[in-house]
Amino acid sequence: MDPSYALSFKLNGRQVKQEVSPRTSLADMLRNQMGLTATHIGCEQGACGACNVVVDGKTVRSCLIFAIQMEGAEIETSQGFEGDPLMATLRENFANRNALQCGFCTGGMLLAARDLIKTTPKPNREEIREHISGNFCRCTGYEAIVDAIWKTAHEALDLEGEK
Amino acid sequence: MKPHLFQYIRAESTQAAIALLEEFGEDAQILAGGQSLVPTMALRMANPETLIDISAIAELQTIELSDGVLTIGAGCRYVDVLNSDLVAKSAPLLCQAIPYIAHDAIRNRGTIGGSLALADPASELPACMLALDAVIIVESKDGQRKIPAGDFFQGTYFTDLAENELLVAIEMPEIASNQIHKFYEISRRSGDYAISGGAFVLTHEDGCIADARLAYFAVSDCAVLATKAGEALVGNSLSSEIIETVSDIAAGEIEFFADLYNGEAMKKQLTKVLTRRMLTKIHDGMN
Repeated sequence: MDPSYALSFKLNGRQVKQEVSPRTSLADMLRNQMGLTATHIGCEQGACGACNVVVDGKTVRSCLIFAIQMEGAEIETSQGFEGDPLMATLRENFANRNALQCGFCTGGMLLAARDLIKTTPKPNREEIREHISGNFCRCTGYEAIVDAIWKTAHEALDLEGEK
Repeated sequence: MKPHLFQYIRAESTQAAIALLEEFGEDAQILAGGQSLVPTMALRMANPETLIDISAIAELQTIELSDGVLTIGAGCRYVDVLNSDLVAKSAPLLCQAIPYIAHDAIRNRGTIGGSLALADPASELPACMLALDAVIIVESKDGQRKIPAGDFFQGTYFTDLAENELLVAIEMPEIASNQIHKFYEISRRSGDYAISGGAFVLTHEDGCIADARLAYFAVSDCAVLATKAGEALVGNSLSSEIIETVSDIAAGEIEFFADLYNGEAMKKQLTKVLTRRMLTKIHDGMN
């Protein structure tokens, strides 16, 4: 049996406690111990982007971080973002534009897209492609994903205005 | 794809991390950003018994400019270096290089010290350090050592860093008004390892090159300085003939190592192309 250590952190807006083994990755803890299975594990070596989560405001690969490092952190997964209008619009546009087929990459893709729009409010298609180059999609050929992100980036400006 | 069981210790200060290195010796490994170490551990190519996590040490994450010397803490993440106005102003080479390193999510976590201590021959930063004539600062219980980048990188994943030493900072001279920083790499896809990459620092006087530090990565067993090519530039303007000659000299003096996908001949050819493109860009920028 691996030793386990008690952690306390914020997950999708709620303060939680969790026991982990030192060798458990953040991705494995989220999926296997906390049931957040939208955080997908593709390559487990940082190449595919399916396991992206947001830690302390920055998008990171949850397969390349040990869960035990998360003491005191704020984690947001693709299942979070409750009440986030940008994420809501992204999800809607991904669905409307069929920007997913199997959906394996979608959680990570949504986080990458949200990040881009936050930092580059009106990205062009080339900037979108560059930004999601760290997220592999093996179904769509990316065109529909770029469409959905592009559309959202323009709608998001209106959303910001409404707040 | 799950790592060997290890003991995890979060160091709260540089001194604490150094004391832990002393205590655990060769069985310990420093965990900085973890973007290379964690996959290596998942593949069980590295099986440290103890991980000393230095990612929470604030004193390793400072960026300062003083008396023409830029000092970057080893714990600074790529994203912090990229977004630093101080770095953009005093060492633009780094801001040109960092967008080429992997992807956004990796750059949000990976650290500058981690990259240098690992010394991956395909990594962008060791070549930047050679071009910038940077000094790597390492610390142990016996105090600090300042190692010129040219002596620090010794081979593939091989540096002058001793087992009980922690890489704490990097010092580099601030860019002068007559200097040009240029970074570029050729890779198949955005974020992939380069097939050939270059980090150049040129000093010019009256339209002629007075000094040239041409560093290359992803071409040999570690980052290399093409000294003969640099010397050939001195005293000349960047005419197309000189650019052609210098590109040939650079491709001739480097000892090329193949990688998984690209042979030595390919790397040699692309190094020539890369050098020509970079020097042409610099020439166009000067006029």
